[in-house]
Amino acid sequence: MKEHVISVKVENRSGVLARVAGLFSARGYNIDSLAVSETEQPDVSVMTIVVKGDDRVIEQVKKQLNKLIDVIKVSDQIPAESVQRELVLVKILANPVKRPEIYQLAEIFRSEIVAISKRTITIEATGEPERIDNFIELIRPYGIKELIRTGRVSLSKE
Amino acid sequence: MKKTGAEIIVECLKREGVEIMFGYPGGVVIPIFHHLFNAPFKFILSRHEQGAVHAADGYARASGRVGVVIATSGPGATNLVTGIATANMDSIPLVVITGQVSREMIGNDAFQEADVTGITRPITKHNYLVQDIDDLARIIREAFYIASTGRPGPVVIDVPVDISRGETKFHYPESVSIRSYKPVTEGHPRQIEKACKLIENAKRPIVYAGGGVILSGASEELRTFVKKTGIPITTTLMGLGAYPETDPLSLKMLGMHGTYYANHAVNECDLLIAIGARFDDRVTGKVAEFAPHAQVIHIDIDPSSVQKSVRVDVPIVGDCKNVLTQLNNIVKAPSIKEWVDHVMRMKQEHPLRYKDSDRVIKPQYVVEKIDELTKGKAIICTEVGQNQMWAAQFYDFTEPRTFISSGGLGTMGYGFPAAIGAQFARPDKRVIDIAGDGSIQMNIQELIVAVQHRLPIIVAILNNGFLGMVRQWQELFWEKRYSHTCINCQPDFVKLAEAYGAAGMRVEKKEEVESAIQKALSITDRPIIIDFRVDREENVYPIIPAGKTIKEMITSELI
Repeated sequence: MKEHVISVKVENRSGVLARVAGLFSARGYNIDSLAVSETEQPDVSVMTIVVKGDDRVIEQVKKQLNKLIDVIKVSDQIPAESVQRELVLVKILANPVKRPEIYQLAEIFRSEIVAISKRTITIEATGEPERIDNFIELIRPYGIKELIRTGRVSLSKE
Repeated sequence: MKKTGAEIIVECLKREGVEIMFGYPGGVVIPIFHHLFNAPFKFILSRHEQGAVHAADGYARASGRVGVVIATSGPGATNLVTGIATANMDSIPLVVITGQVSREMIGNDAFQEADVTGITRPITKHNYLVQDIDDLARIIREAFYIASTGRPGPVVIDVPVDISRGETKFHYPESVSIRSYKPVTEGHPRQIEKACKLIENAKRPIVYAGGGVILSGASEELRTFVKKTGIPITTTLMGLGAYPETDPLSLKMLGMHGTYYANHAVNECDLLIAIGARFDDRVTGKVAEFAPHAQVIHIDIDPSSVQKSVRVDVPIVGDCKNVLTQLNNIVKAPSIKEWVDHVMRMKQEHPLRYKDSDRVIKPQYVVEKIDELTKGKAIICTEVGQNQMWAAQFYDFTEPRTFISSGGLGTMGYGFPAAIGAQFARPDKRVIDIAGDGSIQMNIQELIVAVQHRLPIIVAILNNGFLGMVRQWQELFWEKRYSHTCINCQPDFVKLAEAYGAAGMRVEKKEEVESAIQKALSITDRPIIIDFRVDREENVYPIIPAGKTIKEMITSELI
């Protein structure tokens, strides 16, 4: 099953998210990531949905999304034609000996140390989803205590 | 001038031109009922909310208008659910008003609280929870617009009781504009041209028409199209009446219980012209082998219906009425005499038939007699199961909105309350519910509504003491293990009718069938139940088993 990134412009009101999510869950599809926020128009929200699914079924879901009264526009976000970003916050168990290595790694990924405690460092990294994946893999051996990702946002280049 | 929410609701319904409303009162809708008491339209009190919503649905199907229904919060609303889903599957325009607990109590597990917008979200075209009284008039206006335009469907408006009781300055929006909802109604000219080319060059074309033709009021345009092109036509269950079945080019219904000749014609055709139909699994059987040699033209107002089940060569998104008009303007007839002759020969050689008997009453015989004695002019409602299929097969439908049946959802208990709605819509017509002894018991409480309003609905129970369709499947596919389908412990339907104040008859001999129907037709001031004791193990043929192909069709000749 292929990964699809679907961007859905919707009316910014209650109940809309449930309608959109319902179309995926009714088919047994799990949403891998979901980011929702206001747009340049306060009464319009955009949802970026990452979901794995059969092409034909996803095509059908997109038509069903278009059919929802509160949906203004649905578009497929093709990686080559869009800018896709994600943000991750990762809390690492960092004993003092290893800290310089972690700082270095953070710098290579142009990420930022956003919090330091006696036993942990928290790093914020932004970038393309693959880059985030790489960063996480490299940092994992140091001991990840907690990790959270925002989910992908995507904007078409055109 | 200030109005309460309840007054606004009644005023908006009036301005929408509502002539009848169905429903049932309850705690949180008392403020609304307070103003329905002297509303300028009829209010019909059902005896169960499910009866009210099916009646509104039957009214909508028979009249072409929006059906309107109201129920209270919690159980009132959940009792509507089956009816809303029924309307949704068959694209029937309804506006459903439900009461809700007051805004501050929502989510508090209040008395008679249910999350109605949550429950009805997947079974409505759209729904609203009114959160601000100043939105109320706009929401009602939008609800009617959404329900009745594009691909129609039910819209639920959930109204908290404090909104109904609240007050605001009433402002009625004159027009509706929803930026994200603009149904396409005209077919794209280039697609129309492409379709015409395919039609003109086809050697073996077939028209496959569905409920969309009836919903868009395109029966006239469909008839013109068939007349102009000379292409044989089959309809779905929902499309019955869109084209006169008495016409030679009609192949009647296709699909699981469709005619031999319709299914074979579709199997052999090189062009399938689908109009307002959605390639339902009861039509296609095994999709991969449905119309295997055909190019497909698909006319539908709902883009999500196109390419959903089958690959389509020329999709035309638009209203059937407009698209057919566009086609009729330019299409030329293909030369298909040989094909038409072939199809007509199949029609002659393999008609719908059953083995009649002098010993027992065959259910098909009852339907044929009803057709004969009403001259095919009645509105036929059905329940779901064998009764529904025999009604579809053996009554010749000639006009749209005269066959009223739960097609998509297959809701047992639908037919009788729908008949009540249909009779209110068409007081000039005889309305007959062809029922089974199982289904009729599912909403029998509505009988008193028909008695109260002196509706002369005829309920023809094809009583075989079985849940017949399930029994038939058990016989054919499940080793004749009749697990819980024998229901011959049943009420005395004649006494039951009389207890309600309706007329009741029992018919046990074939020679009494005709006189009983005639007697029923002579009664015009109350409902009539006729308990036809029919052959207990009669089956519906032909049948293509679910998910199978035409090669696996079982016809009555094989038995």
